[in-house]
Amino acid sequence: MEKLSHIQGSIVSIPVNDIDTDQIIPARFLKVTDKAGLGKAAFCDWRYLEDGETPNPEFILNNPDYNGASVLVAGDNFGCGSSREHAPWALLGAGFQAVVSTDFADIFRNNALKNGLLPVVVDADTQQQLFSLADEDPSTTVSVDVEAQTLTLPDGRAVRFPLDGFSKYCLLNGVDQLGYLLALDEEVQAFEARNRQRVVTTA
Amino acid sequence: MRDNGKPRTLFEKVWNAHTVREQNDDTPAVLYIDLHLVHEVTSPQAFSMLRERSLAVRRPDQTIGTMDHSTPTTPRNKLGIIPVADAMAAKQLDVFSKNCEDFGIPMYALGDEHQGIVHVIGPEKGLTQPGMTIVCGDSHTSTHGAFGALAFGIGTSEVGHVLATQTLLQNKPQTMAVNVEGRLSDGVTAKDIILAIIAKIGIGGGTGYVFEYRGEAIRSLSMEGRMTVCNMSIEGGARAGMVAPDDTTFEYIQGRKHAPSGVDWDAAVARWRDLPTDDGAEFDQEITIRADELTPMITYGTNPGMGMPVTAAVPKPEDETDVNKKIALDKALTYMDLAPGQQLLGKAIDVVFIGSCTNSRISDLRLAADFVKGRKVADKVRMMVVPGSQQVKQQAESEGLDEVFRQAGAEWREAGCSMCIAMNGDQLQPGQYAVSTSNRNFEGRQGKGGRTFLASPLTAAASAIAGVVTDPRTMMSAQ
Ligand code: SF4
Repeated sequence: MEKLSHIQGSIVSIPVNDIDTDQIIPARFLKVTDKAGLGKAAFCDWRYLEDGETPNPEFILNNPDYNGASVLVAGDNFGCGSSREHAPWALLGAGFQAVVSTDFADIFRNNALKNGLLPVVVDADTQQQLFSLADEDPSTTVSVDVEAQTLTLPDGRAVRFPLDGFSKYCLLNGVDQLGYLLALDEEVQAFEARNRQRVVTTA
Repeated sequence: MRDNGKPRTLFEKVWNAHTVREQNDDTPAVLYIDLHLVHEVTSPQAFSMLRERSLAVRRPDQTIGTMDHSTPTTPRNKLGIIPVADAMAAKQLDVFSKNCEDFGIPMYALGDEHQGIVHVIGPEKGLTQPGMTIVCGDSHTSTHGAFGALAFGIGTSEVGHVLATQTLLQNKPQTMAVNVEGRLSDGVTAKDIILAIIAKIGIGGGTGYVFEYRGEAIRSLSMEGRMTVCNMSIEGGARAGMVAPDDTTFEYIQGRKHAPSGVDWDAAVARWRDLPTDDGAEFDQEITIRADELTPMITYGTNPGMGMPVTAAVPKPEDETDVNKKIALDKALTYMDLAPGQQLLGKAIDVVFIGSCTNSRISDLRLAADFVKGRKVADKVRMMVVPGSQQVKQQAESEGLDEVFRQAGAEWREAGCSMCIAMNGDQLQPGQYAVSTSNRNFEGRQGKGGRTFLASPLTAAASAIAGVVTDPRTMMSAQ
């Protein structure tokens, strides 16, 4: 995982509540065996017309004014539904580094953090302000400071967002969690020695 | 099993018993995983990661694989083989076979007599047991909580963590008691309970919580009914839902392939009896619904929280005071092509899908078969019945249910996820309406442009016969 300490980028908003992972990436794109190339499937059914190819001119991500936006501002409860990690892979592939919402579904948040896609939780007023800003001026940029856990709006107001210490450490240092778990091998062995094995699948 | 005399919840007991390292300010808890279920769709990148780092699967003997999501459910050919027409799906299945073989993981391949939906086969094989921690790269892993296990869905990175270390980093969730008091009336099922709960709390209402379903209505459900309820915990935002184990649980497990036997059985039951939440234990949240007031439920919108009694009218966006919710409802009704205030009863439908890890077990099929027996599926309706596993399929066939369905004009298919996720070619056409016993009605979930009404197997069967959305109770009294 790459280190992530700052994000500076323009915003685009999809002011829809409960955007589920089937919208972020429809299931028919899950037949892959790697992570590459999923960016073009992000929001596929909203992004393209019925033929699946012609960009839907109504959809905000097809508006050239918002090309290159790296911060997605979304409605409440972003990322609900399936556990597919293809969702953050697709968002990263589409050029996003952070998603801003009032809250995130648990599994999506976990998946996002493990891939260096930052879920930024803000209050409803800030969310509405960002919706309006993105609407009024597509060149609106925000900055995110991972260390300080702040999102700074164009007017200079810094909004603090929650981030657990361990995820923060991993993001700032570009390390993944597996290394930490692998180093606990002795403790895991001790646990296994103390506790009976519940089921043996190979039996 | 009180800890220093402090009463504990079922969740706390299972959590504490699996903590390798406690949570502190810097790191989440490290949780030991007893059973890891893997399938073809969310595992390939995890296996690749193991290969890149030259890691082994730490406990293949606590891991099991099955093919379910992208597998066809079309009939077998003359050689008894289920052909895979989709090249990408075929490749994914091949990669999965190779991964399981290379890493020593037992796996049920397409067509195997034990293959099936991952959440159907765990309980069926007796692998799912009270007090265990169970994970899978699939959000409906919550199903296994019906046994008093702590079971939840994980992402592919976490699949890799569990494969490599048999542990997971987890922040401790909060607990919510979900009390379902009173008894269900005729025609109302476990599916209606969970649809009503989600309609009440909303699809984000359980975020950060583990549910414990309690109360008379839950206690009187069969294990299969409890699985239906726990299955959709994630649709309320909760990663896990649990039911305290009792005699119903033990009866279900006893004699299954991986269940303890002999003296081990007695010892296991003794341990399991200590699991239920102690009197006086505190939950962080509590909600209550009355089972006796419930009626058959149906969803009208594009998330499982948009549900109502089947006899109700679709809500009107203008009655919604919250701006974001109003927009969401508007958008949902546009997608569903429904008018505000419209009745769903009598709405013509195109497809009925009986299947998925929510409602594809033998009791679901019996319920639906009983209903369609001696009747005919309406002319313009396609009814698909997809058993959850090959074992369920065999059992149903031995009871003649396949014939009942066929004679009614329904399709009897091979086991798998099928039209629940529409990855395998079983899908709605744009604009079609389905009454489905699955768990998600998101836009396009059952096929691009398809429109889903989630309901119980009874409501689905009744609607298949009538050709329109139907309250099953009206047809039951006529029987
Ligand atoms: S049946 Fe549906 S919800 Fe269940 S595991 Fe399969 S795709 Fe997921």
